[in-house]
Amino acid sequence: MSGLIKSSIARKVVMALSGLFLVFFLGQHFTINITSVIDPETFNSWSHFMGYNPIVQYLLQPILIAGVIVHFVMGFVLEIKNNSARGVKYVKYKGSANAPWVSRNMIISGLVILAFLGLHFYDFWIHEMTYKYIDGSPENPTRYYAETVEKFAPIWRTVLYVISFALLGLHLWHGFASSFQSVGVNNKYSGAIKNFTKLYAIAIPAGFIFIALYHHFNPITH
Amino acid sequence: MKLHLKIWRQKDASSKGQIKEYPLNGVEGDMSFLEMLDVLNEELINKGEEPVEFDHDCREGICGSCSLQINGEPHGPDRMVTTCQLHMRKFKDGDTIVIEPFRAKAFPVLKDLIVDRSSFDRIQQAGGYISVNTSGNTVDANAIPIEKEKADEAMDAATCIGCGACVAACKNASAMLFTSAKVSQFALLPQGQVEATERVQNMVRQMDLEGFGNCTNTGACEIECPKGISLENIARLNREYLTASLKG
Repeated sequence: MSGLIKSSIARKVVMALSGLFLVFFLGQHFTINITSVIDPETFNSWSHFMGYNPIVQYLLQPILIAGVIVHFVMGFVLEIKNNSARGVKYVKYKGSANAPWVSRNMIISGLVILAFLGLHFYDFWIHEMTYKYIDGSPENPTRYYAETVEKFAPIWRTVLYVISFALLGLHLWHGFASSFQSVGVNNKYSGAIKNFTKLYAIAIPAGFIFIALYHHFNPITH
Repeated sequence: MKLHLKIWRQKDASSKGQIKEYPLNGVEGDMSFLEMLDVLNEELINKGEEPVEFDHDCREGICGSCSLQINGEPHGPDRMVTTCQLHMRKFKDGDTIVIEPFRAKAFPVLKDLIVDRSSFDRIQQAGGYISVNTSGNTVDANAIPIEKEKADEAMDAATCIGCGACVAACKNASAMLFTSAKVSQFALLPQGQVEATERVQNMVRQMDLEGFGNCTNTGACEIECPKGISLENIARLNREYLTASLKG
């Protein structure tokens, strides 16, 4: 087992499993967010549940944060190790001849997503923690919709969200199906997994982009 | 055909190399890439210059000796061929061709275009074999019934010639495709089961020790492999390794 922890294959598996967990979380996050377009009351009630349910707050939220940290820290570790595996670089390297840009540049899409997460945490998570634990404000199950829509009022934030979701799509395009290969799944279902990956990598980020644009162009008028 | 060659020249392992440029006339489309280099070397020798050193042996695409990075791709622009089977008809008159050694920390350059690929040998020695008593009572391998599909998959994995194109192509200089082929050729067969656990653990450990990078599933290795070794082998290696590690 000690060999497993230090091996290159274990690093792949850690990336794959944490990535798959985050893919699953993304689907759940989108399901809640799309209700902000369909039915604000549902959005408020689901958001309130996520914000105050003790299992979500004290079990699932720390697991999610750990999943994000493990994924990006391991991503950096792999990038550093992989860079050092080719000390002298090629004078001419035609990477596009044998692998798509998205597969070769996961670090770039990953860094954009990480920067986005910083903004996203500042926008929503820090705000939420301040509201509940620092200010000690009372529970208000009707505040979430207005707070969310308000966030998309500035064009700069909406544009940053749109760009980040586009990069998220590219990251998913390679990462989702690749995770299965890393844990040893390459069989008759791999074609279906790749097709589902493409669908997911387009639909979920496009859905998030739609939500951001919808709220930007449909502000709450008082 | 007239070509403009840009070739990596390096005196020895400890020297710093550089690209040197050579114009070359009279190249025929029917020449192999190595024959084109032979022509260049004859010119260099006649001029009293040091010829370009490169690895080659069978020149039939089966020994895995030739190992050139040609215009940014291992074994050049053609698919499913080694450098010795690449023909100059793939290039056009006036083309510039950049020729470099395979690059990886685990493949140090010895001279010019020759790299030391003994790291592959050490991975193989770490477990890429089956122990058979050959003291006169060896059972014929064909006496053991094996499903045709499994036998074919094992044979496909066994066609890996260990040229190192997978490492050269990979942006991470990973040796996963090579190691997975050498594990798979036994993992698929009953003869390979006895030492399966130790084999995969030892070979992966050696692969990591040699300083190869980590696989990130770009698939470049599969595209550039002159023998078409499939990524399915890497998934099998992952499965074999995880199973072996969980067994202890």
